[in-house]
Amino acid sequence: MNQTIAEKILSRAAAKKAKAGNVVTAHIDLMITHDGLDSVYRILQKQGIKRVWDSSKIVSALDHNVPPHSERVAARLKEMRSIVKELGIKNYFGENAGIANQIAAEKGFVRPGMLIAGIDSHVITYGAFGAASTSFGFTEIAFLFAYGAIWFRVPSTIKFQISGRLPKRVMSKDIILEIAKTHGVNVGNYRSIEFSGDAIKHLSMESRMAMSNMAVELGAKFGIFEADDMTLGYLKDIGIKNIQPFRSDQDAEFEAVIPLDISRLEPRVAWPHSVGNVTPVSQCRDIPIDQAFLGTCSNGRLEDLRIAADIVKGRRVFRDTRFLVIPASWDIYLKALKEGTLETLIEAGAIIGNVGCGPCMGLHMGLLAPGETCISTSNRNFRGRMGSYEARIFLASPATVAASAIRGKIADPRDF
Amino acid sequence: MKKRLQGRAWIFGDHIDTDAITPGKYENLPLKELCRHCLEPVNGAFAQNVKKDDVVVAGENFGCGSTREIAPGALKELKVGAVVAKSFARTFFRNAIAIGLPLLVSQDAAQECRQGDILAIDIPHSRIRNMTTKKPIPAEPIPEELYYILSNGGLFSAHKKKRQGKTHVSASLAFGQKGRSSMKVRRPRGRL
Repeated sequence: MNQTIAEKILSRAAAKKAKAGNVVTAHIDLMITHDGLDSVYRILQKQGIKRVWDSSKIVSALDHNVPPHSERVAARLKEMRSIVKELGIKNYFGENAGIANQIAAEKGFVRPGMLIAGIDSHVITYGAFGAASTSFGFTEIAFLFAYGAIWFRVPSTIKFQISGRLPKRVMSKDIILEIAKTHGVNVGNYRSIEFSGDAIKHLSMESRMAMSNMAVELGAKFGIFEADDMTLGYLKDIGIKNIQPFRSDQDAEFEAVIPLDISRLEPRVAWPHSVGNVTPVSQCRDIPIDQAFLGTCSNGRLEDLRIAADIVKGRRVFRDTRFLVIPASWDIYLKALKEGTLETLIEAGAIIGNVGCGPCMGLHMGLLAPGETCISTSNRNFRGRMGSYEARIFLASPATVAASAIRGKIADPRDF
Repeated sequence: MKKRLQGRAWIFGDHIDTDAITPGKYENLPLKELCRHCLEPVNGAFAQNVKKDDVVVAGENFGCGSTREIAPGALKELKVGAVVAKSFARTFFRNAIAIGLPLLVSQDAAQECRQGDILAIDIPHSRIRNMTTKKPIPAEPIPEELYYILSNGGLFSAHKKKRQGKTHVSASLAFGQKGRSSMKVRRPRGRL
């Protein structure tokens, strides 16, 4: 046997034994698209391809530009709604549903052992469910729409063996930022990352999704958690039973096994303009911020909103700071509303945005002026990512972002 | 794809991300307008001054970040002849191959070239020569299956050639082996 999860999934999808380094043609189990659908459609048109291979395996959402922020974008979204009908994509979720990298799990499309392809790089989030999930550009997605299979170089795997329990107010985002700092932002390039160890069983599915989401910031092709009781419990709650999880074999060959003890981890912050430019929060305390942003497919889930609400409860957001909260999906929004989490955040002075990607990639809803500083739960802090090239973006956990919103400067959530 | 080309080197550092190549805030612009902002955050002069067959030379992890295909797409639209880097991010690498933008992996190019040096590149043989310093620069060979896609102008046209039997290399790896039931593409159901 001696196979890793990535090798097993690709072996099944390619119907032949796949070993790290091989190039195989593998069939995709699920495809996830967002606002890039019109570009994919144009490639299909140009190639004269009239039919898609299997529309039931495509999940489409709109998340980057919702609701439209210009006439031009409105026209694009209008066109996309008609493309979805024309292609016969039934699994279409409109402008109110949320981020594509969140809703395919919530709606029960994602299963352990699946090979998933998406337009968005953070589709890797679904690795949290034991799936091999990765992204492709428009041409390759169009190719997959047409033929359902594509070449893969079978990746070698780096395993992070994580032990210990997270201290209070320290979150899974801090673990992944620590890995980015210690091992660099290309440690995962062309590779699969597996998160393993006794710490994992205490991490919620939401915490796992945040880590898998960030695996792509380490360059990884897949960022996989073994499916365990937590995974099966989540799936059971949304009505999915009889799941066959994939596990790496005992004698699987890993390129490296890296131990990491998280029991004394401090909150971490990534400085501009690289995800790997990380220090403990204590080293960037008191940097004034103009915006605190809680949201995205990285950390816009219920657990994230709850910890933020817990921190801001009974306090007020600093006068000159915008505190933007954007739930990742309609489901999360509604739950947070019903249980009073949003109320607590609003009382503290947060601005609640409609579900979607928000300002993460600099398109709308909370962009930065030259000289402004933002602390964000999103996954990228590249120069100009959220507006001006002269703005600064720090990345941190939801707890650190909420604490910073209150103080108006970067703050340690353990003080709250 | 041009097999042999000569152009000026444009030098960039490590971890040049796709937000630097094609800033997200211009994502909704038509490609030609977007190209005016290509690599703007790291070199404001690039988009205005780049010429046909010029070569982008970079360090590690070129094209990291977003999957956006417009990143290699903009470089191709600007008629960049090739991208040479110490290493590429996975999605940039795949996208460039899929749209037929040549790229070469070279450990030494970033050190061996200065801004504006003239480079002569032979893509099929992965050869680079710095004509200004008169030095050859070693580069890694492109895997055969991927060169097949690249040299045929990208994924779709390579696939068409393969289907028409106009193939001279064992490109089966890239598109599934003929005659194996497991590789059969299922009958399409949706309509375009």
